[in-house]
Amino acid sequence: MEQIPIHKVGEFLLVSVQVDMHDRQALILQNDLTTQVVKTRAKGVLIDISTVDIVDSFIGRMLGNMASITRVLGANVVVVGMQPAVAITIVELGLSLTNIHTALNVDKGMALLKTLVNKSTNEGRHEPFEK
Amino acid sequence: MSPLKSETLPLRTDEDILLVRQTVRAWMVELAFNMVEQTMMVTATSELARNTVVYGGGGSARLELLADSGRQGVQVTFEDQGPGIADIEQALKDGYTTGVGLGMGLGGSKRLVNDFDIWSEVGKGTRVTITKWTLSHP
Repeated sequence: MEQIPIHKVGEFLLVSVQVDMHDRQALILQNDLTTQVVKTRAKGVLIDISTVDIVDSFIGRMLGNMASITRVLGANVVVVGMQPAVAITIVELGLSLTNIHTALNVDKGMALLKTLVNKSTNEGRHEPFEK
Repeated sequence: MSPLKSETLPLRTDEDILLVRQTVRAWMVELAFNMVEQTMMVTATSELARNTVVYGGGGSARLELLADSGRQGVQVTFEDQGPGIADIEQALKDGYTTGVGLGMGLGGSKRLVNDFDIWSEVGKGTRVTITKWTLSHP
């Protein structure tokens, strides 16, 4: 079974989902990503789904979980590159994905991540505790 | 209506779901469905195939190529001999879930296809049939 690679790019992690992912692979990715966020102390995660040809309720739930878990660990997630047909289908299916930040492509996603990370830092979420 | 072509695939594992998804995609491409129609049918297939594996305890998917009054359709029938669904109406409601998904599976799948048919009996199993039709060419 092909493992989905997670790359470190600066203070961010980049996940490019390039296989037709089955459920077990999605769960493994969720675990791997959680481990890597802690290990690398990444402040943001970019998940590129531009080659993913369907997002069903299970994959939708995994994306939501990854966003929530990463947020709890003090990092942000942006999902980028959703294909138009996939976007139309998930809306019709009834998935809202409201808790996930999305962007059109990797460049716009990076820009959004930087904004989100700065915002969190200014709100003090990443500041060391001060007496 | 006898099918022009048919193929039955097992549904027991995650990998089986993937193969059914990919086979339905290939059939949709063959009939020249557009990208949105392909994606809707494959997504509905994925939801229902997962139901068969997870809730039905495994079963099968039967793909059929249909022709009816100038139009063609891809029909997939998901069948299991699992516990069945006690309240189909409730199961079709958005947000109803007993487990792993977001509860959008059945109701959501129905919206993604042209025809949707469900039969289930407690203790006997469940059968769901979905069809996507090409536009008719008079």
